Amino acid sequence: MPVFEARDIVKTYPGVRALDGVSFDLRPGEVHAVVGENGAGKSTLIHVLSGVTLPESGILLLDGRPVVFPSPHEAARHGIGVVFQELSLVEDLSIAENLFVGRQPAGRLGLIDRRALRRQAAALLSEFRWNVDPETPVRELRSAQRQVVEILKALSLGPRVLILDEPTSSLAAREKGLLFNCLRRLRREGRSIVYISHRLAEVFEIADRVTVLRDGRRVDTRRASDLAEGDLVRLMVGRELSDVYGTRLHALGAERLRLVDGRRRGAFAGITLSVRRGEIVGLAGLAGAGRTELGRALFGAEPLDEGTIILDGATLRIRTPGDAIRAGIAYLTESRKEDGLFLELTLRENCAAPRLGDFCGRFGLLDDGAITRFAESCRKSHRIASPGVQAPVASLSGGNQQKVLLAMWLGIRPRVLIADEPTRGVDVGARSEICQMLRGLAANGTAILLISSDLPELLGLSDRIVVLRGGRLAGEFQGSQATEEAILACAAGVTEGAAA
Amino acid sequence: MIAERRSATRASPAAAAVRLLDQREFMILYILLLGCVGVAHAVPEFLSRENFSAILLALADQSIIAIGMTLLLVSGGFDLSVGSTMALAGACTAIWLAAGAPVPVAILAGLGVGVLIGLLNGLIIACVGINPFITTLGMMSLARGLLMVVTDGQNVSGLPQSFTVLGQGAFLGIQYPILFSLALVGAGDFLLRRSRWLRQCYYIGGNEKAARLSGIDVDRVKVICYVATGLLAALAGIMITARLGSASTTAGKGLELRVISAVIIGGASLKGGVGTIAGAFLGALLMSVIISAINLLGVELNWIDFVLGATLLLAVMADRLSAERGGSRG
Repeated sequence: MPVFEARDIVKTYPGVRALDGVSFDLRPGEVHAVVGENGAGKSTLIHVLSGVTLPESGILLLDGRPVVFPSPHEAARHGIGVVFQELSLVEDLSIAENLFVGRQPAGRLGLIDRRALRRQAAALLSEFRWNVDPETPVRELRSAQRQVVEILKALSLGPRVLILDEPTSSLAAREKGLLFNCLRRLRREGRSIVYISHRLAEVFEIADRVTVLRDGRRVDTRRASDLAEGDLVRLMVGRELSDVYGTRLHALGAERLRLVDGRRRGAFAGITLSVRRGEIVGLAGLAGAGRTELGRALFGAEPLDEGTIILDGATLRIRTPGDAIRAGIAYLTESRKEDGLFLELTLRENCAAPRLGDFCGRFGLLDDGAITRFAESCRKSHRIASPGVQAPVASLSGGNQQKVLLAMWLGIRPRVLIADEPTRGVDVGARSEICQMLRGLAANGTAILLISSDLPELLGLSDRIVVLRGGRLAGEFQGSQATEEAILACAAGVTEGAAA
Repeated sequence: MIAERRSATRASPAAAAVRLLDQREFMILYILLLGCVGVAHAVPEFLSRENFSAILLALADQSIIAIGMTLLLVSGGFDLSVGSTMALAGACTAIWLAAGAPVPVAILAGLGVGVLIGLLNGLIIACVGINPFITTLGMMSLARGLLMVVTDGQNVSGLPQSFTVLGQGAFLGIQYPILFSLALVGAGDFLLRRSRWLRQCYYIGGNEKAARLSGIDVDRVKVICYVATGLLAALAGIMITARLGSASTTAGKGLELRVISAVIIGGASLKGGVGTIAGAFLGALLMSVIISAINLLGVELNWIDFVLGATLLLAVMADRLSAERGGSRG
């Protein structure tokens, strides 16, 4: 009998059916991997299992009895431990205090018993064979070590079910070995583990069973030993491409942008790539592979430590976004709310942001009429649904906000456009309009570097796909070689990509 | 549908007038007029020329400093050190004058003190990355302390008449400080609305990261805004020294919070991205009129701080509530 089970879970977010009748069961003493592409519904499933969100329908069964988890705290009380991708540690506190946050051993008067705290933390750390002073502030730890603290924190509750969301994304090989040993021990003790990962090799290394999600539905659950890597990739992808992406009708021009031996410490190294006029080059890779960092470096947001950028044959020095904008390089950020748009400002002000200088008349005064006219033309040509150019951008829908971001950057008439996840979080209609805009831009000679975690989109739009893995070039795919299976395998490190 | 209707009515002149009245500046103006009529009804001398010039004269230093403070609040910062800067610059000018320096030299040197303090504030905030609260709190105490050291805790008086005339003279019956502050407020308001360079403040206050990615040199704009604020505070300090004929060691105490209140009543927000200098001036004017009304109506003066605090809270809450009613703009 399964120890923990979810039946027919449905969860919708505005515009997205994140989980559409998904069932999932966990047996005692097994490691059960959940895999799927970005947006397949893995995170939502974890959120439902751990009480972060309540599903609209469907039930959870613990030991065969229905349970409702209105909060993560309630789930934890029932023995469900979770390690989330986003770290939740308090940087200024010590490892020990983080491990036992909210339940530090207390003595008389409710004061924390430091000695007991230290002793318990040390015991936990030694179980993991990690030789570190429990009093070390988390601030001083590397990200992989923080991840270990996070995992130990979940383990310290002695959970019956442990849910790990991408636990190895920042772990070095040694720490990964320790983690896997620890998981095997938990399995021997009869505890159950839900394991989410993009890295298929790890899935095969540790998992007993694998559940594949795609577009919010469960495709299949199989024993890991019955599967080959190729089967798994096919189960994850297996989808028809529609023609939202269009086809390229124009010929490619001369080389427009070239990066030679680009390096940025802690992000990527040895990257050489080129984009021709009218070409769309896709950048594929897992989260943390260095794609966004590469895009931001080309734009000067976090500039290159080493490497040469050549635009239309001339070597450029790009140290700030201002340098890039003057050279005609535009960057669509992956998080429009975080660092893309000025949400409280009006549509009009947003459109003008990267090119205020163009609206400058005598004495450094702005020509407000010209800004309004420009914003009106943006609104019309990009079909931005808004009450007017004086509306704050925060009042627009996600898809329209993304179009504002695009309009803002097309305004500088870019020679190179770096588009980072240009269709993230937008609905199907806006998505196809955005794809058409990118095509139209390429037809006019702009070189486009497209970063996307959405493989069908990447394949549909790109003339060529470059795969990054761990900050290095892992492969390049073109034409019939470029399949979802091949790219996913290359990005996850299952096979080497063809060096083109 | 609603959106369409709204954009259709926007074109009509009546709607344009409504929209104009909807702006913060007009709202304060409206409240001011209403209040003035009310008070004048009870105390006719409230409307006298003497009373108004007393209000504007007392307002001169605040409104000059409010120009800089608006730039800072719009770009998402603020400055607690303006009161101390003002006093220190005034005292330095006075000391140099007393030591026999020519008037223009002493004034320039005093302004230099303000620039220096602003530059330090700006560099510490923008380049070292310490937050504005801590930085300017430290600078507030530091500048006040320096003032006590250089003046030995004594007021500086005995200033030449060629200097005091700048604060005491009048043109067409209006004192120089009033003319001077109104001119600066007018120019500042125009520039913040229209100049390309100052417009960058709104972007920085709106979303600093996005402003950086839009090619705005955020650090430089911030430093220059702090320098401008220091300069304006020094100017106010020198002006008030000239008007009073001596430099006081307690000048400008508590002024920083009064100015910040005025700017916020005028429509700015600590979050940045909104606010105008005209609004800030009207906010300061509203506070001064309230003080004057309390005086003239014979209400006990101890009520002044209470009423000013209530005004600030009411203004901010009214803003919040109308934003919620209008939706989206949180």
